[in-house]
Amino acid sequence: MNSQPQERINAEFCLSYQPGKAKAFSLDVALNIPAQGVTAIFGASGCGKTSLLRCMTGLEKTNSGKFSIGKLVWQDESHFSPVHTRQQGVVFQEASLFDHLTVRGNLQYALKRVSSKNRRGVLTEQATFIDYQHVLDLLGIARLLDQYPASLSGGEKQRVAIARALLTQPRILFMDEPLAALDYKRKQEILPYLEKLSRVFHIPIIYITHSLEEVARLADYLVLMDEGRVVASGELQDILSRVDLPLSFENDLGVVLKAKVVEKDSKWHLMLTEFEGDELWLKDNHLDIGEPLRVRVLAKDVSLSLAPQDSSILNSLPAEVIEVVNDVDDAMSLVRLKIGESILISRVTRRSVDHLALTPTFKVWAQIKSVAILP
Amino acid sequence: MWLSPSDWQAIVLTCKLASVVTIILLIIGTPIAWWLAKTTSIFKAPVSAVVALPLVLPPTVLGFYLLVAMGPTGVLGGITQALNLGTLAFTFWGLVFASVLYSLPFAVQPIQNAIEAVGDKPVEAALSLGASPFDAFFSVVLPLAKPGFITAAVLCFAHTVGEFGVILMIGGNIPGETRVVSVQIYEHVESLDYTHAHALSAVMIGFSFCVLLLLYLLKPKPLGFASSSIFSGKRRLK
Repeated sequence: MNSQPQERINAEFCLSYQPGKAKAFSLDVALNIPAQGVTAIFGASGCGKTSLLRCMTGLEKTNSGKFSIGKLVWQDESHFSPVHTRQQGVVFQEASLFDHLTVRGNLQYALKRVSSKNRRGVLTEQATFIDYQHVLDLLGIARLLDQYPASLSGGEKQRVAIARALLTQPRILFMDEPLAALDYKRKQEILPYLEKLSRVFHIPIIYITHSLEEVARLADYLVLMDEGRVVASGELQDILSRVDLPLSFENDLGVVLKAKVVEKDSKWHLMLTEFEGDELWLKDNHLDIGEPLRVRVLAKDVSLSLAPQDSSILNSLPAEVIEVVNDVDDAMSLVRLKIGESILISRVTRRSVDHLALTPTFKVWAQIKSVAILP
Repeated sequence: MWLSPSDWQAIVLTCKLASVVTIILLIIGTPIAWWLAKTTSIFKAPVSAVVALPLVLPPTVLGFYLLVAMGPTGVLGGITQALNLGTLAFTFWGLVFASVLYSLPFAVQPIQNAIEAVGDKPVEAALSLGASPFDAFFSVVLPLAKPGFITAAVLCFAHTVGEFGVILMIGGNIPGETRVVSVQIYEHVESLDYTHAHALSAVMIGFSFCVLLLLYLLKPKPLGFASSSIFSGKRRLK
């Protein structure tokens, strides 16, 4: 994260498909995102996120488009680098392993072509060289090397595909819904590996998804897309704590807090975590003191009261109302709260807003009924 | 021995013709198949139709036009004479040219189906891993579409061996040059030499059976009715 703090990824694409069929589709996107960490591109199916990825990777050749990472320009008005000359890794939704090669063969396929590029001097200097053995260990695929893709599980295939993409020594890693084709269990199996990726290799990851859970767990930066356009983009916490986005989050509306473990209570099997602004007691998740974690607090799980109450609710935090807006649901309001430096959203009935006379700068107690720990 | 020296000569000539034709067809059929598999051009349907034309044309029609074209005043004849090659009619290379045209659909269609079955995904994965399009074709498409290429090769070989009409039209009946097995059998029957006709026909039946057996064994799934299903559009190879 510290190698090129100022670099940005710039992507501009404008295209429209008119296949003459019922569904015309257009993409009109101008993005400027940090060239570090995980940027999630989130939107419903058919919103154009995969088209955007195909444009960014050069798999879809557009006449007018721009793509650059820092000073490295892959596409602009006068220039288009063909896909195979770009130093990029792409992980597709279906693993796209080569069925005629073993896992080792698949990995060697990437390695061989990188070394031939290297000889031609196409590769640019890189801060972190991605080592073969390291990748095998990190993704836990060393024991699969001699197997053919047909004998692997969906999760294993996807891990091999990620390893293969990493071995191209990419300047950027694109992932197109890498978990969408997997069942819940397999997803849970891969997510920890994905979390490690962004921490271990300092390469920017563009992560396409329609799963808010994956966004909450993985993303640092979030781009929201709808009907081929960018609705909002910014730091994950900033975007998720906005109440003005007419998105289909509905029951999933909620913020993500980045916290770390500060204390453990072995008697009640709880742990105290600290985020910017306050503290939360959570179920002990077997994390060590000092370890970071993400906590997702859904708006529907935050209720408000004027005084701290003696209740079964573990976490009751003093907060200040910043904003009250109407929800899409006629009965509900969204209340934006400030707790120290952090923002929380509460979804309460309009009657309650009226009853408690909630207005900006008003001091309330936010009672957090439940939180999801994203380890 | 049942087979006469001239029968053996016909067999050797037939094998030589079929081998040369198969090799040429794999080389020129592959780019055509690739183009047909990938293109969205409006010419896809007309080109497909032209490639498939020999399937429905009576061999005599194709043979007749080729004979005219290859003659001294024909288009092809003009070209070959300009290149100092003489005319192709009634020569071995004339037969090769005609057979390539006549067996083209047997090369193009299985290869096209196989390339379509492989799809774009492995190709895009290969490109994203740094393979040039050329490299991706040889390292990914070719191995994955191998069954299609083997089918194409076997069919081209067998179909060329089984040719009769076109060959009679443009090749005539010159021993060692254009007298292939099918023509030789015709020759035997014409001269009422049924013994040799029987022997050579038996060889052909055995050969044809072996070819079809090979095709069936190569397929993970049964072919259905071999010759028809090969041309029935989207036959999945895997």
